[in-house]
Amino acid sequence: MDYNLMREFADSWGLVAMALFFVGCIAFALRPGSKAHADHAAKIPLQDD
Amino acid sequence: MRFGTEIVLLSLFAFAALVAAGFGVDEAFRQHMWVLFFAVAGFTAILLRNTELKLAAPVDPSAYMDGPIRYGAIATMFWGIVGMLVGVVIALQLAYPHLNIEPWFNFGRLRPLHTSGVIFAFGGNALLCTSMYVVQRTCRARLFGGNLAWFVLWGYQLFIVMAATGYLLGITESREYAEPEWYVDIWLTIVWVAYLILFLGTILKRKEPHIYVANWFYLSFIVTIAMLHVVNNLSMPVSFLGSKSYSAFSGVQDALTQWWYGHNAVGFFLTAGFLGMMYYFVPKQANRPVYSYRLSIIHFWALIFLYIWAGPHHLHYTALPDWAQTLGMVFSVMLWMPSWGGMINGLMTLSGAWDKIRTDPIIRMMVAAVAFYGMSTFEGPMMSIKAVNSLSHYTDWTIGHVHSGALGWVGMISFGALYYMVPKLWNRERLYSMRLVTWHFWLATLGIVVYAAVMWVSGIMQGLMWREYDEQGFLVYSFAETVAAMHPYYVMRAAGGAMYLAGAALMAWNLTMTILGYQRKEQPLPGSAPAYQPAE
Amino acid sequence: MGLIDKHALIEKNATLLLVGSLLVVTVGGIVEIAPLFYLDNTIEKVEGMRPYSPLELAGRNIYVREGCYLCHSQMIRPFRDEVERYGHYSLAAESMYDHPFQWGSKRTGPDLARVGDRYSNSWHVQHLTDPRSVVPESIMPSYAFLKDKPIDLKDFSTHLVANRRVGVPYTDDMIAHADADLMAQADPNADTSGLVGRYPKAKVGDFDGNPQQVTEMDALVAYLQMLGTLVDFKNYDEAAGYR
Repeated sequence: MDYNLMREFADSWGLVAMALFFVGCIAFALRPGSKAHADHAAKIPLQDD
Repeated sequence: MRFGTEIVLLSLFAFAALVAAGFGVDEAFRQHMWVLFFAVAGFTAILLRNTELKLAAPVDPSAYMDGPIRYGAIATMFWGIVGMLVGVVIALQLAYPHLNIEPWFNFGRLRPLHTSGVIFAFGGNALLCTSMYVVQRTCRARLFGGNLAWFVLWGYQLFIVMAATGYLLGITESREYAEPEWYVDIWLTIVWVAYLILFLGTILKRKEPHIYVANWFYLSFIVTIAMLHVVNNLSMPVSFLGSKSYSAFSGVQDALTQWWYGHNAVGFFLTAGFLGMMYYFVPKQANRPVYSYRLSIIHFWALIFLYIWAGPHHLHYTALPDWAQTLGMVFSVMLWMPSWGGMINGLMTLSGAWDKIRTDPIIRMMVAAVAFYGMSTFEGPMMSIKAVNSLSHYTDWTIGHVHSGALGWVGMISFGALYYMVPKLWNRERLYSMRLVTWHFWLATLGIVVYAAVMWVSGIMQGLMWREYDEQGFLVYSFAETVAAMHPYYVMRAAGGAMYLAGAALMAWNLTMTILGYQRKEQPLPGSAPAYQPAE
Repeated sequence: MGLIDKHALIEKNATLLLVGSLLVVTVGGIVEIAPLFYLDNTIEKVEGMRPYSPLELAGRNIYVREGCYLCHSQMIRPFRDEVERYGHYSLAAESMYDHPFQWGSKRTGPDLARVGDRYSNSWHVQHLTDPRSVVPESIMPSYAFLKDKPIDLKDFSTHLVANRRVGVPYTDDMIAHADADLMAQADPNADTSGLVGRYPKAKVGDFDGNPQQVTEMDALVAYLQMLGTLVDFKNYDEAAGYR
C-alpha cells in the first residue's frame, strides 16, 4: 500500500464514508420522534441525587 | 484482615523501589527511586495503622461510592493551589531572573511542574472525581469493581508525585505536556486502563437505560487520552534501571506525533472531559435540563470528529510538509462551529432563569466558564490561520490564549463543580460562605482579564518587533531588546496570575470550612432569598 | 424505518459508543501521521547530516534535561526576518536524527537552530555561568553548576545502542569507541583523528576552560557549537526540497 493509493482513498471514499457517518449522526440526533426521547434523557441528572 | 493483600503488594512495591534505588545506572534515577520508596512506604504505613484484624463491614451495593470522590475533591483543591503557585513563581522568574535557584528550581525545570500541575494534577483530579460522581448519579449505579476506584485515585496521585519530583530532578522526555519518563508513563498507562474499566464497568451495570451525554464526553476523553498517551510516549529506554529514554520517532515525525498528542490533550482532556462536567453540573446548579439535548449529541460527534485533525496547526511554517499544515488549519477553523454550538447549548440552559446569574455566584462562575470557552475557541481557530500564526507563533500570544482557556474555562467550570459537589459529598446544608464565592469569582475574572490582555499586548508587540525593518532594510531590534521590552508585561502578568491564585486560595478556605461543618454568619446575597416588601 | 427504530443502539450501548468514538479519533491520526513515516519526500536529501558524536549527544541530553526547549526554538521559519536573524530556514533533514525533536514552541530567548560557530566557547561558558554579564537584558537562569559536574560516564555506549534501536545509523565502530570518543572530544591533548573520521566536522578541544575534567559544561557547549553546522547550503537545491 503506497502513499498515493492511501491519499486517493482518503480524499475519495474515505471522505465520503466519514461525511456520511457524520451526516448520519446529525440526522439521527434530529430525526422525527427523537424529541421526546431526548427530553427524557435531558432530565436524567435532575431526577435524584 | 482489612487491606491485607494491599499491604503485602505495597510492601513488595516499596522493596522493589529500594532495590532500584540501589542499582540504578544514573544518579537521577536513584534519587527518583528513593522518592518512590518513601512515597509507597509511607502509604503502606498509613494502611497498616488503619488496618483491623476483623473483616470489613459489607458494603451496601445500592449506595453510591463517594469516598474516593471526597479525596479526589480535596486533591483537586490541593494540587490546584500547588500548580497555580508554581505558575506565579515562574511568571516572576521571567520578570526577575534572579529568582531562579539552580539547578532544581530553574525555570526550565519548574515550567513542566506548573503545566503538569495544573493540567494533570488539578484538572485531572477534577475530571477523576467529577466523572465518578456523575457516572454514578446518571447511571444510578454504584462504581464498578469494588476498591478499583481507590486504586485509580491513589495510583493517579502517585503518578503526579513521580512526575513532579522527576521534573525537579531533571528527568524529562521534553515532550510538552507529556514530559514524564518511560517508567512513569507505564505506571500512568496501568492506572488509566483501570480508570477506563472503572468507568465503562459502571456504565455497563447502569439501571438507567439511556447513557446521559455527559458520560459520552467523559468516556471519549478517557479512551482518547489512553490512545494518545501510549502512542506519543513510545520510547526506547537506555536501561531498565535508568531514567533516560530516546523517543521512538525522530525529527518531523516526532514533532507531528507530539503535537497530535499536544493538541488533542487540549481537545480531549481540557475540552471533552470538562464538557462532560458542564453537561451535568450546569443543569444541576440551574435546576433545569440542558437547553437542547439533541444539539449536545451533535456537539459530541462533531467535536471528536474534527478535533483529532487539528494538531498540525502547532507546526505552521515549520519543516512539516505543507499539505499537513493546511489540513490542520482547515479542520481547526471548522472546529469553531461545534465549539460554539456547545457554548450556546451551555448558556441557553439558563434561558428563562437568567436572573440566577445575578443571584447565584456559582451559576455566575459556570456561565463565565462557558463564555470563556466560547472566547478561546474563537481565538484558537483564528490563531490556526497561517497568516495569523506567522505573527503569533513563538510569542506570548499563545501563552495568553492557553490561559484564557485554562483559567477561564477549565478552572472556572471546575470551581463551579466543586462548589456544587462538596456540600453534597459531606452532607452539608450549604457552603461555608456564599460571599467568598463572589469574591473568588471577581478575583478570578479580573485575574484572567489582566493576564490575557497583557499577553495579547506583549505577544503582538514581540511578534512585530521581531519582524520590524527600517528604511535601509535592516532589522530594527536585536533579540535582547525585544526581551527587555517584555519586562513590564511580565510583571503585570504575574500580578494577574497572583489574583487568580488568591481566588483559588479563598475557595480552598471556603471548602475546607464547609467540609469541617462550619457556616459563616453573613448577610445573604441580595436576591438569593425572596426580598419581602413592607406592607404599605 | 428499521434504522431509526434501532436509534437506541448507540445511545444505549456503551461498547458501541466506545468503539464509535475510538474509530472516529483514530482515523484522523492515521491519515495525518502515518503517511509521514513511509513517505519518501517528507525529508529532503541533503549532504552532511550525521548522528551526534557521544559528547554532543551527552550535551543534547543536558539541553533536554534543563528544559532549554521551553524558551529556545530550533526551527527557523522561511520568513525574511527569521532568515536574516538566524540563518537559512530549517530543513526536516536537519532533525532526522533527533530523538526527541527540539523544535520548541516559544521564543522567550532566540532560536538556536544555527547557533553553532556564532560565539566562542568561552562566550558560551560565561553566558551559561552568568547570562547577564554578557547580555544585560537576558532573563535566562544561570547554569554555573554544569562546570562542577563531571559527565556521568557509566557506559555511554548504551545510549548509542538505544538510539540505534530507534533508527539512528550508529555503526558498531562508533558504539565500540563511544566512551573513548566522549572523553577525547573534550581533551585538547587527545588524538582525535578517529573521532573526526567517525563524526565529520565535530568540534574538538577543551570547551569549558578546564582541561583537567570533562564536565557537563563541556558537553553542552559542544552540542551548542555543532547546532546547524552540518549541512552545507551551498549545495542545497531549494526547488527540489519543497514539500
